[in-house]
Amino acid sequence: MENRYFQKEIETMPVEELKALQSEKLKKQVKHVYENVPYYRDLMDKKGVKPEDINGIEDLHKLPFLTKADLRDAYPYGLLAKPLKDCVRIQSTSGTTGRRVVAFYTQNDIELWEDCCARAIVAAGGTEEDVCQVAYGYGLFTGGPGLNGGSHKVGCLTLPMSSGNTERQIQFMTDLNATIICCTPSYAAYIGETLEEKGFKPDDIPLKAGIFGAEPWTEEMRRGIEKTLGIKAYDIYGLTETSGPGVAFECSEQTGMHINEDHFLAEIIDPDTGEVLPEGSKGELVFTSLDKEAFPLLRYRTRDICVLSRKKCSCGRTLIKMAKPMGRSDDMLIIRGVNVFPSQIETVLLNEGYQPNYQIVVDRKGNTDTFDVHVEMNPEHFTDTVSGITAKEKALANAMKTMLGINPAVHLVAPKSIVRSEGKAVRVIDKRKLHD
Amino acid sequence: MSIKQLNIFVENKQGALVTITDTLAKHDINIRALSIADTEEFGILRLIVNDNDTACKILTDEGYLIKVTDVVGVKIGDQPGKLSKALEVIDKADINMEYLYAFMARTEKHAYVVLRVADNGLAEYVLEAAGFHMITDADINKL
Repeated sequence: MENRYFQKEIETMPVEELKALQSEKLKKQVKHVYENVPYYRDLMDKKGVKPEDINGIEDLHKLPFLTKADLRDAYPYGLLAKPLKDCVRIQSTSGTTGRRVVAFYTQNDIELWEDCCARAIVAAGGTEEDVCQVAYGYGLFTGGPGLNGGSHKVGCLTLPMSSGNTERQIQFMTDLNATIICCTPSYAAYIGETLEEKGFKPDDIPLKAGIFGAEPWTEEMRRGIEKTLGIKAYDIYGLTETSGPGVAFECSEQTGMHINEDHFLAEIIDPDTGEVLPEGSKGELVFTSLDKEAFPLLRYRTRDICVLSRKKCSCGRTLIKMAKPMGRSDDMLIIRGVNVFPSQIETVLLNEGYQPNYQIVVDRKGNTDTFDVHVEMNPEHFTDTVSGITAKEKALANAMKTMLGINPAVHLVAPKSIVRSEGKAVRVIDKRKLHD
Repeated sequence: MSIKQLNIFVENKQGALVTITDTLAKHDINIRALSIADTEEFGILRLIVNDNDTACKILTDEGYLIKVTDVVGVKIGDQPGKLSKALEVIDKADINMEYLYAFMARTEKHAYVVLRVADNGLAEYVLEAAGFHMITDADINKL
Protein backbone atom coordinates (compact mmCIF):
# COMPACT_ATOMS: atom_id res chain seq x y z
CA MET A 1 0.00 0.00 0.00
CA GLU A 2 1.26 3.44 -0.90
CA ASN A 3 2.11 5.59 2.10
CA ARG A 4 -0.23 8.52 2.39
CA TYR A 5 -0.01 11.49 4.69
CA PHE A 6 -2.27 14.36 5.65
CA GLN A 7 0.60 16.84 6.05
CA LYS A 8 3.51 15.15 4.36
CA GLU A 9 6.05 17.91 4.86
CA ILE A 10 5.71 17.78 8.64
CA GLU A 11 5.08 14.07 9.00
CA THR A 12 8.21 13.11 7.05
CA MET A 13 10.43 16.05 8.00
CA PRO A 14 14.09 15.21 8.62
CA VAL A 15 14.62 14.95 12.39
CA GLU A 16 17.18 17.78 12.59
CA GLU A 17 14.78 20.15 10.83
CA LEU A 18 11.99 19.02 13.11
CA LYS A 19 14.09 19.70 16.18
CA ALA A 20 14.98 23.17 14.88
CA LEU A 21 11.27 23.83 14.34
CA GLN A 22 10.50 22.66 17.87
CA SER A 23 13.22 24.90 19.32
CA GLU A 24 11.87 27.91 17.49
CA LYS A 25 8.33 27.23 18.67
CA LEU A 26 9.41 26.49 22.24
CA LYS A 27 11.16 29.83 22.65
CA LYS A 28 8.03 31.67 21.53
CA GLN A 29 5.74 29.51 23.61
CA VAL A 30 7.70 29.98 26.84
CA LYS A 31 7.60 33.74 26.30
CA HIS A 32 3.84 33.60 25.62
CA VAL A 33 3.19 31.58 28.77
CA TYR A 34 5.49 33.66 30.99
CA GLU A 35 3.77 36.84 29.91
CA ASN A 36 0.20 35.62 30.07
CA VAL A 37 -0.05 32.91 32.73
CA PRO A 38 0.80 34.27 36.21
CA TYR A 39 0.46 30.78 37.70
CA TYR A 40 3.28 29.39 35.55
CA ARG A 41 5.32 32.60 35.76
CA ASP A 42 5.41 32.08 39.55
CA LEU A 43 6.61 28.51 39.08
CA MET A 44 9.37 29.71 36.75
CA ASP A 45 10.34 32.54 39.07
CA LYS A 46 10.55 30.15 42.01
CA LYS A 47 12.89 27.98 39.95
CA GLY A 48 14.86 31.03 38.84
CA VAL A 49 14.19 30.45 35.15
CA LYS A 50 13.52 33.31 32.75
CA PRO A 51 12.18 32.99 29.19
CA GLU A 52 15.57 34.10 27.83
CA ASP A 53 17.16 31.02 29.48
CA ILE A 54 15.25 28.84 27.03
CA ASN A 55 17.02 28.95 23.69
CA GLY A 56 15.92 25.64 22.31
CA ILE A 57 14.67 22.17 23.17
CA GLU A 58 17.98 21.40 24.90
CA ASP A 59 16.92 23.87 27.62
CA LEU A 60 13.51 22.29 28.15
CA HIS A 61 14.67 20.48 31.30
CA LYS A 62 15.11 23.84 33.05
CA LEU A 63 11.37 24.49 33.06
CA PRO A 64 9.14 23.47 35.99
CA PHE A 65 6.64 20.65 35.63
CA LEU A 66 2.89 20.99 35.67
CA THR A 67 0.80 18.24 37.23
CA LYS A 68 -2.84 17.41 37.42
CA ALA A 69 -2.81 18.95 40.89
CA ASP A 70 -1.72 22.28 39.35
CA LEU A 71 -4.64 22.07 36.97
CA ARG A 72 -6.96 21.57 39.89
CA ASP A 73 -5.43 24.45 41.84
CA ALA A 74 -5.67 26.74 38.87
CA TYR A 75 -9.23 25.71 37.97
CA PRO A 76 -10.89 27.11 35.97
CA TYR A 77 -9.05 30.09 34.48
CA GLY A 78 -5.63 30.00 36.19
CA LEU A 79 -3.74 28.51 33.24
CA LEU A 80 -5.58 30.38 30.52
CA ALA A 81 -3.16 32.31 28.29
CA LYS A 82 -5.60 34.18 26.07
CA PRO A 83 -8.42 36.59 26.83
CA LEU A 84 -11.79 34.85 26.81
CA LYS A 85 -12.82 36.87 23.76
CA ASP A 86 -10.23 34.87 21.76
CA CYS A 87 -11.47 31.51 23.04
CA VAL A 88 -14.18 29.64 21.16
CA ARG A 89 -14.51 26.31 22.96
CA ILE A 90 -13.94 24.34 26.12
CA GLN A 91 -13.58 20.58 26.48
CA SER A 92 -13.44 18.78 29.78
CA THR A 93 -12.38 15.53 31.40
CA SER A 94 -14.88 13.23 33.02
CA GLY A 95 -13.68 14.25 36.46
CA THR A 96 -13.49 10.66 37.65
CA THR A 97 -10.19 11.22 39.43
CA GLY A 98 -11.11 14.40 41.18
CA ARG A 99 -12.09 17.83 40.00
CA ARG A 100 -12.71 18.22 36.30
CA VAL A 101 -10.03 19.60 34.04
CA VAL A 102 -11.35 22.30 31.73
CA ALA A 103 -9.26 23.10 28.65
CA PHE A 104 -9.75 26.15 26.45
CA TYR A 105 -9.32 26.49 22.70
CA THR A 106 -8.93 29.35 20.28
CA GLN A 107 -10.13 28.75 16.72
CA ASN A 108 -6.51 28.11 15.76
CA ASP A 109 -6.14 25.56 18.58
CA ILE A 110 -9.13 23.70 17.21
CA GLU A 111 -7.75 23.77 13.66
CA LEU A 112 -4.43 22.27 14.77
CA TRP A 113 -6.13 19.66 16.93
CA GLU A 114 -8.34 18.60 14.03
CA ASP A 115 -5.26 18.44 11.76
CA CYS A 116 -3.75 15.98 14.24
CA CYS A 117 -6.87 13.82 14.10
CA ALA A 118 -6.87 14.05 10.31
CA ARG A 119 -3.28 12.76 10.28
CA ALA A 120 -4.48 9.78 12.32
CA ILE A 121 -7.37 9.03 9.97
CA VAL A 122 -5.15 9.23 6.86
CA ALA A 123 -2.56 7.00 8.56
CA ALA A 124 -5.35 4.46 9.09
CA GLY A 125 -6.03 4.53 5.35
CA GLY A 126 -8.79 7.15 5.36
CA THR A 127 -9.51 9.22 2.23
CA GLU A 128 -12.33 11.44 1.02
CA GLU A 129 -13.97 8.28 -0.33
CA ASP A 130 -14.50 6.94 3.18
CA VAL A 131 -17.55 6.96 5.42
CA CYS A 132 -16.32 7.63 8.95
CA GLN A 133 -18.55 6.66 11.86
CA VAL A 134 -17.60 8.64 14.95
CA ALA A 135 -18.93 6.69 17.93
CA TYR A 136 -16.96 8.50 20.60
CA GLY A 137 -19.08 10.62 22.91
CA TYR A 138 -19.77 14.13 21.68
CA GLY A 139 -19.92 17.04 24.06
CA LEU A 140 -17.40 17.86 26.76
CA PHE A 141 -15.45 14.67 26.04
CA THR A 142 -12.78 15.34 23.41
CA GLY A 143 -13.21 12.04 21.54
CA GLY A 144 -16.26 12.91 19.44
CA PRO A 145 -15.42 16.52 18.56
CA GLY A 146 -11.76 15.74 17.77
CA LEU A 147 -12.34 12.83 15.39
CA ASN A 148 -15.38 14.58 13.93
CA GLY A 149 -13.20 17.55 13.00
CA GLY A 150 -10.42 15.33 11.67
CA SER A 151 -12.87 13.36 9.56
CA HIS A 152 -14.16 16.60 8.02
CA LYS A 153 -10.61 17.71 7.22
CA VAL A 154 -9.87 14.44 5.45
CA GLY A 155 -13.13 14.84 3.56
CA CYS A 156 -14.76 11.64 4.78
CA LEU A 157 -18.53 11.47 4.90
CA THR A 158 -18.85 11.84 8.67
CA LEU A 159 -21.49 10.03 10.72
CA PRO A 160 -21.64 11.95 14.01
CA MET A 161 -23.16 9.08 15.97
CA SER A 162 -21.75 9.79 19.42
CA SER A 163 -21.55 6.77 21.73
CA GLY A 164 -24.37 4.48 22.78
CA ASN A 165 -27.54 3.24 21.09
CA THR A 166 -25.79 0.26 19.60
CA GLU A 167 -28.79 -0.77 17.48
CA ARG A 168 -28.70 2.57 15.73
CA GLN A 169 -24.91 2.40 15.33
CA ILE A 170 -25.27 -0.93 13.56
CA GLN A 171 -28.11 0.28 11.39
CA PHE A 172 -26.19 3.34 10.16
CA MET A 173 -23.01 1.31 9.78
CA THR A 174 -24.65 -1.26 7.54
CA ASP A 175 -27.10 1.03 5.69
CA LEU A 176 -24.51 3.68 4.87
CA ASN A 177 -21.54 1.30 4.51
CA ALA A 178 -19.31 2.92 7.10
CA THR A 179 -15.69 2.06 6.32
CA ILE A 180 -13.99 3.59 9.35
CA ILE A 181 -15.16 3.62 12.96
CA CYS A 182 -13.75 5.76 15.76
CA CYS A 183 -14.65 4.87 19.36
CA THR A 184 -13.25 3.45 22.59
CA PRO A 185 -11.83 -0.07 22.21
CA SER A 186 -14.28 -1.47 24.76
CA TYR A 187 -17.18 -0.06 22.78
CA ALA A 188 -15.71 -1.46 19.55
CA ALA A 189 -15.55 -4.87 21.22
CA TYR A 190 -19.15 -4.48 22.36
CA ILE A 191 -20.35 -3.49 18.87
CA GLY A 192 -18.42 -6.49 17.52
CA GLU A 193 -20.09 -8.84 20.01
CA THR A 194 -23.51 -7.47 19.13
CA LEU A 195 -22.88 -7.85 15.39
CA GLU A 196 -21.70 -11.41 15.96
CA GLU A 197 -24.87 -12.20 17.91
CA LYS A 198 -26.93 -10.84 15.05
CA GLY A 199 -25.21 -13.34 12.78
CA PHE A 200 -22.84 -10.94 11.01
CA LYS A 201 -19.63 -12.46 9.72
CA PRO A 202 -16.57 -10.16 9.48
CA ASP A 203 -17.00 -10.15 5.68
CA ASP A 204 -20.54 -8.82 5.97
CA ILE A 205 -19.34 -5.76 7.92
CA PRO A 206 -18.40 -2.84 5.65
CA LEU A 207 -15.74 -1.47 8.03
CA LYS A 208 -12.09 -1.66 6.99
CA ALA A 209 -10.41 0.27 9.80
CA GLY A 210 -11.03 1.49 13.31
CA ILE A 211 -9.35 4.23 15.35
CA PHE A 212 -9.59 3.38 19.01
CA GLY A 213 -8.36 5.20 22.09
CA ALA A 214 -9.26 7.04 25.29
CA GLU A 215 -8.73 3.99 27.48
CA PRO A 216 -6.02 1.38 27.92
CA TRP A 217 -6.30 -1.71 25.78
CA THR A 218 -4.05 -4.62 24.99
CA GLU A 219 -2.61 -6.23 21.86
CA GLU A 220 -4.82 -9.24 22.52
CA MET A 221 -7.88 -7.02 22.59
CA ARG A 222 -6.74 -5.46 19.33
CA ARG A 223 -6.50 -8.86 17.67
CA GLY A 224 -9.95 -9.76 18.99
CA ILE A 225 -11.55 -6.60 17.59
CA GLU A 226 -9.74 -6.99 14.27
CA LYS A 227 -11.03 -10.54 13.95
CA THR A 228 -14.67 -9.91 14.89
CA LEU A 229 -15.05 -6.75 12.82
CA GLY A 230 -12.73 -7.81 9.98
CA ILE A 231 -10.74 -4.56 10.20
CA LYS A 232 -7.35 -3.17 11.01
CA ALA A 233 -7.48 -1.52 14.45
CA TYR A 234 -5.36 1.59 15.01
CA ASP A 235 -4.46 3.08 18.33
CA ILE A 236 -4.78 6.80 19.00
CA TYR A 237 -3.55 8.71 22.03
CA GLY A 238 -4.37 12.02 23.56
CA LEU A 239 -5.45 13.82 26.65
CA THR A 240 -7.77 16.72 27.21
CA GLU A 241 -4.99 18.70 28.89
CA THR A 242 -2.99 18.90 25.65
CA SER A 243 -5.97 19.01 23.21
CA GLY A 244 -7.59 15.59 22.99
CA PRO A 245 -7.10 12.54 20.74
CA GLY A 246 -4.47 12.95 18.06
CA VAL A 247 -1.48 13.79 20.21
CA ALA A 248 -0.13 10.52 18.85
CA PHE A 249 -1.50 8.05 16.32
CA GLU A 250 -0.65 4.71 14.84
CA CYS A 251 0.39 4.01 11.26
CA SER A 252 0.13 0.79 9.23
CA GLU A 253 3.17 -0.67 11.01
CA GLN A 254 1.15 -0.83 14.26
CA THR A 255 4.28 -0.75 16.41
CA GLY A 256 3.63 2.35 18.47
CA MET A 257 2.10 5.75 17.92
CA HIS A 258 3.75 8.65 16.10
CA ILE A 259 3.68 11.74 18.27
CA ASN A 260 2.69 14.92 16.45
CA GLU A 261 5.97 16.45 17.53
CA ASP A 262 5.53 19.68 15.64
CA HIS A 263 2.78 20.48 18.16
CA PHE A 264 3.66 18.37 21.18
CA LEU A 265 7.18 18.04 22.50
CA ALA A 266 7.60 14.76 24.38
CA GLU A 267 9.99 13.78 27.16
CA ILE A 268 10.34 10.71 29.33
CA ILE A 269 11.23 11.35 32.95
CA ASP A 270 11.88 9.33 36.05
CA PRO A 271 8.53 9.67 37.85
CA ASP A 272 10.25 9.74 41.25
CA THR A 273 13.10 12.18 40.64
CA GLY A 274 11.81 14.15 37.65
CA GLU A 275 15.11 13.55 35.88
CA VAL A 276 14.92 13.40 32.07
CA LEU A 277 15.71 9.91 30.81
CA PRO A 278 17.46 9.02 27.53
CA GLU A 279 15.47 7.78 24.56
CA GLY A 280 14.39 4.18 24.94
CA SER A 281 13.99 4.40 28.72
CA LYS A 282 10.74 3.52 30.39
CA GLY A 283 9.32 6.39 32.37
CA GLU A 284 6.61 8.99 32.70
CA LEU A 285 5.55 10.78 29.55
CA VAL A 286 5.69 14.59 29.72
CA PHE A 287 4.27 16.91 27.07
CA THR A 288 4.90 20.52 26.18
CA SER A 289 2.33 22.11 23.89
CA LEU A 290 4.28 24.08 21.28
CA ASP A 291 1.39 25.71 19.45
CA LYS A 292 -1.55 25.84 21.82
CA GLU A 293 -2.63 29.44 22.28
CA ALA A 294 -5.39 29.36 24.89
CA PHE A 295 -4.24 26.53 27.15
CA PRO A 296 -0.52 26.03 26.57
CA LEU A 297 0.79 23.56 29.12
CA LEU A 298 4.54 23.35 29.50
CA ARG A 299 6.08 20.12 30.76
CA TYR A 300 2.77 18.58 31.73
CA ARG A 301 3.19 15.25 33.51
CA THR A 302 0.72 12.79 31.98
CA ARG A 303 1.22 10.04 34.60
CA ASP A 304 1.37 7.64 31.64
CA ILE A 305 4.27 5.25 31.79
CA CYS A 306 5.76 4.44 28.39
CA VAL A 307 8.82 4.31 26.13
CA LEU A 308 9.75 6.54 23.16
CA SER A 309 11.58 5.36 20.06
CA ARG A 310 12.94 7.09 17.00
CA LYS A 311 13.55 3.84 15.14
CA LYS A 312 12.96 4.29 11.39
CA CYS A 313 9.36 3.49 10.53
CA SER A 314 8.28 1.74 7.34
CA CYS A 315 5.48 4.28 6.86
CA GLY A 316 8.03 6.98 6.10
CA ARG A 317 7.05 9.19 9.03
CA THR A 318 9.95 10.63 10.98
CA LEU A 319 7.81 11.56 13.99
CA ILE A 320 8.99 9.86 17.17
CA LYS A 321 6.93 6.88 18.33
CA MET A 322 5.54 6.15 21.77
CA ALA A 323 4.74 2.64 22.92
CA LYS A 324 1.26 2.00 24.18
CA PRO A 325 1.21 3.28 27.78
CA MET A 326 1.09 0.57 30.43
CA GLY A 327 -1.90 2.38 31.84
CA ARG A 328 -2.52 5.72 33.43
CA SER A 329 -1.69 6.08 37.05
CA ASP A 330 -5.30 7.25 37.32
CA ASP A 331 -6.29 3.65 36.50
CA MET A 332 -3.55 2.17 38.57
CA LEU A 333 -4.71 0.61 41.78
CA ILE A 334 -2.50 0.13 44.76
CA ILE A 335 -3.70 -3.06 46.38
CA ARG A 336 -1.87 -4.32 49.46
CA GLY A 337 0.95 -2.02 48.42
CA VAL A 338 1.27 -3.48 44.92
CA ASN A 339 0.63 -1.49 41.72
CA VAL A 340 -2.10 -3.13 39.67
CA PHE A 341 -3.12 -1.98 36.20
CA PRO A 342 -6.45 -3.25 34.86
CA SER A 343 -4.69 -3.85 31.54
CA GLN A 344 -2.60 -6.55 33.25
CA ILE A 345 -5.76 -8.38 34.31
CA GLU A 346 -6.98 -8.11 30.75
CA THR A 347 -3.79 -9.62 29.37
CA VAL A 348 -4.11 -12.61 31.71
CA LEU A 349 -7.73 -13.18 30.72
CA LEU A 350 -6.96 -13.13 27.01
CA ASN A 351 -3.97 -15.42 27.50
CA GLU A 352 -6.14 -17.89 29.41
CA GLY A 353 -8.84 -17.93 26.76
CA TYR A 354 -11.38 -15.65 28.41
CA GLN A 355 -13.05 -12.58 26.96
CA PRO A 356 -11.91 -9.32 28.55
CA ASN A 357 -15.23 -8.94 30.32
CA TYR A 358 -14.28 -8.43 33.91
CA GLN A 359 -14.68 -6.18 36.88
CA ILE A 360 -12.21 -5.57 39.67
CA VAL A 361 -13.67 -4.89 43.11
CA VAL A 362 -11.36 -3.61 45.80
CA ASP A 363 -12.46 -3.12 49.37
CA ARG A 364 -10.95 -3.08 52.82
CA LYS A 365 -11.70 -5.46 55.66
CA GLY A 366 -10.01 -4.37 58.85
CA ASN A 367 -6.59 -3.24 57.67
CA THR A 368 -6.38 -5.56 54.69
CA ASP A 369 -7.37 -4.81 51.12
CA THR A 370 -9.68 -7.32 49.51
CA PHE A 371 -9.13 -7.92 45.80
CA ASP A 372 -11.87 -9.61 43.81
CA VAL A 373 -12.00 -10.09 40.08
CA HIS A 374 -15.30 -11.06 38.47
CA VAL A 375 -14.92 -12.69 35.09
CA GLU A 376 -17.56 -13.74 32.62
CA MET A 377 -17.40 -17.39 31.62
CA ASN A 378 -17.54 -18.67 28.06
CA PRO A 379 -19.55 -21.85 27.35
CA GLU A 380 -16.31 -23.84 27.07
CA HIS A 381 -15.34 -22.95 30.64
CA PHE A 382 -18.56 -24.15 32.17
CA THR A 383 -18.68 -27.60 33.71
CA ASP A 384 -21.36 -29.46 35.61
CA THR A 385 -19.35 -29.75 38.81
CA VAL A 386 -18.65 -27.11 41.44
CA SER A 387 -15.11 -28.43 41.77
CA GLY A 388 -14.58 -27.95 38.03
CA ILE A 389 -15.55 -24.30 38.22
CA THR A 390 -13.59 -23.70 41.41
CA ALA A 391 -10.52 -25.20 39.76
CA LYS A 392 -10.86 -22.78 36.85
CA GLU A 393 -11.20 -19.87 39.27
CA LYS A 394 -8.05 -21.00 41.07
CA ALA A 395 -6.13 -21.37 37.80
CA LEU A 396 -7.07 -17.84 36.77
CA ALA A 397 -6.17 -16.48 40.21
CA ASN A 398 -2.77 -18.18 39.95
CA ALA A 399 -2.13 -16.72 36.50
CA MET A 400 -3.02 -13.28 37.86
CA LYS A 401 -0.79 -13.77 40.84
CA THR A 402 2.11 -14.61 38.53
CA MET A 403 1.49 -11.39 36.60
CA LEU A 404 0.73 -9.08 39.53
CA GLY A 405 2.50 -10.50 42.52
CA ILE A 406 -0.66 -10.57 44.60
CA ASN A 407 -3.43 -13.08 44.76
CA PRO A 408 -6.95 -12.04 43.78
CA ALA A 409 -10.13 -13.97 44.50
CA VAL A 410 -11.52 -14.83 41.08
CA HIS A 411 -15.25 -15.31 40.63
CA LEU A 412 -16.59 -16.75 37.42
CA VAL A 413 -19.96 -15.28 36.56
CA ALA A 414 -22.60 -15.72 33.86
CA PRO A 415 -22.07 -14.19 30.42
CA LYS A 416 -23.29 -10.60 30.09
CA SER A 417 -23.86 -10.30 33.82
CA ILE A 418 -21.22 -7.59 34.23
CA VAL A 419 -22.74 -4.24 33.39
CA ARG A 420 -21.54 -2.92 30.05
CA SER A 421 -21.17 0.78 29.67
CA GLU A 422 -21.35 2.12 26.20
CA GLY A 423 -18.73 4.78 26.78
CA LYS A 424 -15.80 3.86 28.94
CA ALA A 425 -15.93 0.45 30.53
CA VAL A 426 -16.28 0.42 34.30
CA ARG A 427 -13.52 -2.02 35.10
CA VAL A 428 -12.82 -1.02 38.65
CA ILE A 429 -14.96 -0.52 41.71
CA ASP A 430 -12.84 0.74 44.56
CA LYS A 431 -14.96 0.70 47.68
CA ARG A 432 -12.05 1.68 49.93
CA LYS A 433 -12.76 5.31 49.12
CA LEU A 434 -16.10 5.03 50.88
CA HIS A 435 -14.36 4.30 54.16
CA ASP A 436 -11.72 7.04 53.95
CA MET B 1 -26.17 -46.42 27.21
CA SER B 2 -25.61 -43.38 29.39
CA ILE B 3 -28.24 -40.67 29.61
CA LYS B 4 -27.99 -36.99 28.84
CA GLN B 5 -28.00 -34.44 31.62
CA LEU B 6 -28.44 -30.74 31.02
CA ASN B 7 -26.34 -28.42 33.20
CA ILE B 8 -27.18 -24.76 33.58
CA PHE B 9 -25.16 -22.09 35.33
CA VAL B 10 -27.43 -20.18 37.68
CA GLU B 11 -26.56 -16.86 39.21
CA ASN B 12 -27.17 -16.68 42.91
CA LYS B 13 -29.94 -14.14 42.85
CA GLN B 14 -33.62 -14.07 43.52
CA GLY B 15 -35.80 -15.35 40.72
CA ALA B 16 -32.94 -16.90 38.75
CA LEU B 17 -34.35 -20.40 39.02
CA VAL B 18 -37.96 -19.61 38.29
CA THR B 19 -36.94 -17.78 35.11
CA ILE B 20 -35.34 -20.98 33.86
CA THR B 21 -38.19 -23.31 34.78
CA ASP B 22 -40.67 -20.84 33.29
CA THR B 23 -38.77 -20.73 30.02
CA LEU B 24 -38.76 -24.51 29.86
CA ALA B 25 -42.46 -24.72 30.70
CA LYS B 26 -43.36 -22.27 27.95
CA HIS B 27 -41.70 -24.58 25.45
CA ASP B 28 -43.39 -27.71 26.79
CA ILE B 29 -40.20 -29.15 28.20
CA ASN B 30 -40.93 -31.65 30.91
CA ILE B 31 -38.43 -31.94 33.74
CA ARG B 32 -37.98 -35.60 34.76
CA ALA B 33 -35.42 -35.04 37.48
CA LEU B 34 -33.37 -32.26 38.88
CA SER B 35 -30.64 -31.53 41.32
CA ILE B 36 -28.87 -28.33 42.26
CA ALA B 37 -25.33 -27.81 43.45
CA ASP B 38 -25.09 -24.48 45.12
CA THR B 39 -22.28 -22.39 46.50
CA GLU B 40 -22.34 -18.97 48.06
CA GLU B 41 -21.93 -17.38 44.67
CA PHE B 42 -23.54 -19.55 42.03
CA GLY B 43 -25.50 -22.70 41.43
CA ILE B 44 -25.39 -25.45 38.87
CA LEU B 45 -28.81 -26.73 37.93
CA ARG B 46 -28.74 -30.30 36.61
CA LEU B 47 -31.76 -31.48 34.70
CA ILE B 48 -32.97 -34.63 33.04
CA VAL B 49 -35.64 -33.53 30.56
CA ASN B 50 -37.76 -35.11 27.84
CA ASP B 51 -36.26 -33.10 24.99
CA ASN B 52 -32.60 -32.14 25.39
CA ASP B 53 -32.09 -30.55 22.00
CA THR B 54 -34.97 -28.12 22.31
CA ALA B 55 -34.20 -27.33 25.94
CA CYS B 56 -30.59 -26.66 25.05
CA LYS B 57 -31.47 -24.42 22.16
CA ILE B 58 -34.00 -22.25 23.96
CA LEU B 59 -31.81 -21.77 27.02
CA THR B 60 -28.76 -20.97 24.89
CA ASP B 61 -30.83 -18.43 22.98
CA GLU B 62 -31.78 -16.88 26.31
CA GLY B 63 -28.09 -16.43 27.05
CA TYR B 64 -27.60 -19.20 29.60
CA LEU B 65 -24.42 -21.18 29.93
CA ILE B 66 -25.38 -24.75 29.09
CA LYS B 67 -23.44 -27.94 29.02
CA VAL B 68 -24.68 -31.43 28.27
CA THR B 69 -22.95 -34.25 30.07
CA ASP B 70 -23.38 -38.01 29.89
CA VAL B 71 -24.33 -39.55 33.20
CA VAL B 72 -25.08 -43.07 34.29
CA GLY B 73 -28.70 -43.89 35.14
CA VAL B 74 -29.30 -47.01 37.13
CA LYS B 75 -32.50 -48.68 38.36
CA ILE B 76 -32.42 -49.45 42.03
CA GLY B 77 -34.94 -51.73 43.69
CA ASP B 78 -37.18 -49.84 46.09
CA GLN B 79 -35.82 -51.63 49.16
CA PRO B 80 -33.45 -50.69 51.98
CA GLY B 81 -29.81 -51.44 51.18
CA LYS B 82 -30.12 -51.50 47.39
CA LEU B 83 -28.47 -48.11 46.89
CA SER B 84 -25.60 -49.10 49.17
CA LYS B 85 -25.09 -52.18 47.10
CA ALA B 86 -24.78 -50.14 43.90
CA LEU B 87 -22.41 -47.70 45.52
CA GLU B 88 -20.24 -50.50 46.84
CA VAL B 89 -19.88 -51.81 43.32
CA ILE B 90 -18.72 -48.41 42.11
CA ASP B 91 -16.38 -48.05 45.03
CA LYS B 92 -14.88 -51.48 44.60
CA ALA B 93 -14.05 -50.70 40.97
CA ASP B 94 -12.28 -47.59 42.22
CA ILE B 95 -14.42 -45.26 40.15
CA ASN B 96 -14.36 -41.68 41.33
CA MET B 97 -17.84 -40.24 41.82
CA GLU B 98 -18.59 -36.53 41.66
CA TYR B 99 -22.23 -36.59 42.71
CA LEU B 100 -25.48 -38.50 42.53
CA TYR B 101 -29.18 -37.90 42.90
CA ALA B 102 -32.27 -40.06 42.79
CA PHE B 103 -35.84 -39.87 41.66
CA MET B 104 -38.79 -42.27 41.87
CA ALA B 105 -40.35 -43.83 38.84
CA ARG B 106 -44.09 -43.27 38.75
CA THR B 107 -45.23 -46.83 38.01
CA GLU B 108 -42.40 -49.24 38.54
CA LYS B 109 -41.22 -50.31 41.94
CA HIS B 110 -37.88 -48.69 41.33
CA ALA B 111 -35.90 -45.66 42.22
CA TYR B 112 -33.79 -44.19 39.48
CA VAL B 113 -30.35 -43.04 40.50
CA VAL B 114 -28.23 -40.71 38.40
CA LEU B 115 -24.50 -41.07 38.90
CA ARG B 116 -21.84 -38.66 37.71
CA VAL B 117 -18.65 -40.68 37.68
CA ALA B 118 -15.21 -40.43 36.16
CA ASP B 119 -15.73 -43.38 33.82
CA ASN B 120 -19.26 -44.03 32.61
CA GLY B 121 -18.43 -47.11 30.59
CA LEU B 122 -16.68 -48.85 33.45
CA ALA B 123 -19.42 -47.90 35.93
CA GLU B 124 -22.08 -49.36 33.66
CA TYR B 125 -20.06 -52.50 33.12
CA VAL B 126 -19.53 -53.23 36.79
CA LEU B 127 -23.12 -52.34 37.72
CA GLU B 128 -24.56 -54.60 35.06
CA ALA B 129 -22.19 -57.35 36.08
CA ALA B 130 -23.61 -56.96 39.60
CA GLY B 131 -27.14 -57.39 38.24
CA PHE B 132 -28.27 -53.78 38.00
CA HIS B 133 -30.25 -52.44 35.05
CA MET B 134 -29.29 -49.23 33.35
CA ILE B 135 -31.75 -46.63 32.20
CA THR B 136 -31.48 -45.06 28.79
CA ASP B 137 -32.70 -41.88 27.15
CA ALA B 138 -35.52 -43.97 25.70
CA ASP B 139 -36.61 -44.96 29.25
CA ILE B 140 -36.56 -41.29 30.23
CA ASN B 141 -38.77 -40.39 27.30
CA LYS B 142 -41.29 -43.03 28.36
CA LEU B 143 -41.59 -41.62 31.86
